[in-house]
Amino acid sequence: MNIGDQAPAFALPDTDGVERGPEGVTVVAFTCNHCPYALGWHEGLLQVARDYPQVTFLAVNPNDAERYPADSFEAMKERVEAEGGWPHPYLRDETQEVARAYGAKTTPDLFVLDADRRLRYRGAPDSDRRETGWLRDALDAVVEGEKPQRAETEPVGCSVKWRQ
Amino acid sequence: MRVELLWWEGCPSHPETLADLERVLREEGLDDDVELIEVESDEQARREHFPGSPTIRLDGDDAFPGEPGEPFSLTCRIYRLRDGRVSPTPDPEDIRDALRRAA
Repeated sequence: MNIGDQAPAFALPDTDGVERGPEGVTVVAFTCNHCPYALGWHEGLLQVARDYPQVTFLAVNPNDAERYPADSFEAMKERVEAEGGWPHPYLRDETQEVARAYGAKTTPDLFVLDADRRLRYRGAPDSDRRETGWLRDALDAVVEGEKPQRAETEPVGCSVKWRQ
Repeated sequence: MRVELLWWEGCPSHPETLADLERVLREEGLDDDVELIEVESDEQARREHFPGSPTIRLDGDDAFPGEPGEPFSLTCRIYRLRDGRVSPTPDPEDIRDALRRAA
């Protein structure tokens, strides 16, 4: 999927069993429970979701739970509960179809979609593993109906754990 | 001292760890080379007692031994920096301490 392409619609269950998908300006953040990159950026991404309430923020875990049990749907539910709830839903991509359709490579790997579901930013939250500046810059532009100056960066993290 | 860095291609963290390791070795006045060992399968991970990438071994011992019963597999290893943050690489000061213990 290239910048400007229309991203696929989807409906995936969150940890409360509610099916969710892109709606309005949306961040689709492929992430997981066990990767140190995803864990390191986790708090920063939660804060982005809090700071942009007008944006739909969807965390999606696509990893193969058979080889990586820490990424099972049950483990996802336990994590959200243990952390006292998240400001955004945490979705399970059991078939990995959404991750494949988006071309997700790592956890994390972020896709910012505009209100027409066109891809406007894809990549890492920032060059610094503590920061989320690249994502925030992209969101600031997209919520204003503009295109981000930095539209694409290389995602950095653990490889998506595809089923074998 | 035998210094090994075991890594798996699914984690991009080993170049940074290698740079930290080589820098700390120099700063400690140690001229040991770092032997890079790529781990490519779960079977090799079990054989090498590889809990995740990256793993530093000093004279055959894990520089940061985990809990007993920790699984060995192709995964990214989770470290904690000295300020408490989760990290895909060990804190360089922890590498320094491990080298001093092993030297």
